[in-house]
Amino acid sequence: MKDLSTLRSDFPMLKNNPELIYFDNGATTLKPQVVIDAVTDFYTTHTSNVHRGDYAIAALNDRLYDEARSSFAKLLNCEAREVVFTHNASASLNQVIYGLSHGFLHEGDIILTTEAEHASNLLPWFRLVKEAGVEVKYLPMNAQANVDLEAAKELFTPRVKVVAVAMVTNVLGSILPIKELSALAHEVGALTVIDGSQAVPHMKVDVKELGIDFLACSAHKMCGPGGVGILYGRYDLLEAMEPVFMGGDMNARFDAGCGYELKHAPTRFEAGTPNIEGVIGAGAACEYLLQIGLDEIHAYEKELRSYFMEQMKQLSNIQVYNPDNEYGPITFNAEGVFSQDAAGYLSARNIAVRSGNHCAKILHEIIGTDSTIRASLYFYNTKEEVDACVAACADITLENAIGIFF
Amino acid sequence: MSELEQLLEDPAVLRELIMDHYKYPHNHSLVEDMQYRRAHMSSDSCIDDITVQAKITDGRIQDIRFDGVACTISTSSTSIMTDLLKGKTVEEAQYLIDQYMNMVDGKEYDAASLEEAVAMKNVYRQANRIRCATIGWKAIRQLIEESGETDHGE
Repeated sequence: MKDLSTLRSDFPMLKNNPELIYFDNGATTLKPQVVIDAVTDFYTTHTSNVHRGDYAIAALNDRLYDEARSSFAKLLNCEAREVVFTHNASASLNQVIYGLSHGFLHEGDIILTTEAEHASNLLPWFRLVKEAGVEVKYLPMNAQANVDLEAAKELFTPRVKVVAVAMVTNVLGSILPIKELSALAHEVGALTVIDGSQAVPHMKVDVKELGIDFLACSAHKMCGPGGVGILYGRYDLLEAMEPVFMGGDMNARFDAGCGYELKHAPTRFEAGTPNIEGVIGAGAACEYLLQIGLDEIHAYEKELRSYFMEQMKQLSNIQVYNPDNEYGPITFNAEGVFSQDAAGYLSARNIAVRSGNHCAKILHEIIGTDSTIRASLYFYNTKEEVDACVAACADITLENAIGIFF
Repeated sequence: MSELEQLLEDPAVLRELIMDHYKYPHNHSLVEDMQYRRAHMSSDSCIDDITVQAKITDGRIQDIRFDGVACTISTSSTSIMTDLLKGKTVEEAQYLIDQYMNMVDGKEYDAASLEEAVAMKNVYRQANRIRCATIGWKAIRQLIEESGETDHGE
């Protein structure tokens, strides 16, 4: 296995914060210099809009923008025309859910999801429960957010029209059996809407092999800039789908009689001037990850995580909520210390983690607690950082957590 | 400087105060009584979920109670607030709330008036925790405003 921590020198944030242990990669990731350069070069040497100008720089940006689409197509194993750029994963999911609610979903249809989902893959559905009379049901899960596939099978009736789940859950890091769920969904005529936010940055996600109909992810969680979401959609589905936003660039023609004709996917879903520099930067991030290799990234993180977990399990003051999952963040609490207090203590030791409910506000149904600490890794993290974090975790007491204020 | 004021300068004492109010919060249960108004504070941060309840009549805060799940700073600052403001006139309470808010913002404040609440004086060092230290105080300020008792004594 390759030691990917050698890539740390690519990240100015790490150079500029030599003491920082950044374990909040589930929230956002650090940016390598190639991505920063791709964004700033747009500002300093080739600013223009896209799809509008008849000059050389505009043509360059058209090319870079389209190349970014091709990069993501390579990453996800789909066609470039199946990649839509949005503003974040939430926007991608909202586009799909809005689209499905216009012409595909009807009253009484069932959406299968899980109690481990992020708000962005629940609230748009909850609104449809109110507005369109669809029904939401939860796939059965164990305490570490792994789907019980056998028990789940019973839920797949002809009324099920959508299976909407995260490929990797954002709090417990469980990996859902997407291929099996897609097959079950397709058997009853349902579509799959997959939140890939915590999966795509960390492992090979082949949408064709997994049978995914729609997938959302976010550039900033995979070394890219903020403000860029990715939506993969099977092309025939995209072509049949109504866009959320109407406006410039996405229309083919319109007339004074209020008639209009829209462009084909993916342009149809990109109304208005897009986040051009963001998309170009996202393309650079995508190429950067492809160059390292998603399988390499996955293997490195998995080993680092297991090294981390083994030590955390030994600490008598720490309760870990996902010890048996092979992958994803380490999610824990320190005995007798509220998660935010514990995170505050770790912050005083220069360790950045997230505390709280991580936008998964019904997960407490599964793990029995509202709030946890999440330490999430990426390929630039090291065993030395893990050691320092474990040592700090061993010192989390109520007294120490309050002590940081004095 | 009085003995109490000296004690409240001692970091070990202040730390102990916070721990004590967190483990054994005062006035920590709500009552079913129409004379009490409620403020549910959960939007300030992702985690804290605190309800503060106060009975404000005749220009005076007759009682304050609270309940909910929150961090040490939120819980203890709210607990200390209930002790300090209970029985105060609305005018006195408004003065103390202003002093407290000044303190957590790192501005000048009347330390002697705040008694145990000075335990929160260093919270501004972790900017993200200021909202924890003020959640209960904002609730009581809101309840005072809603009570319509602010004109008393004028």
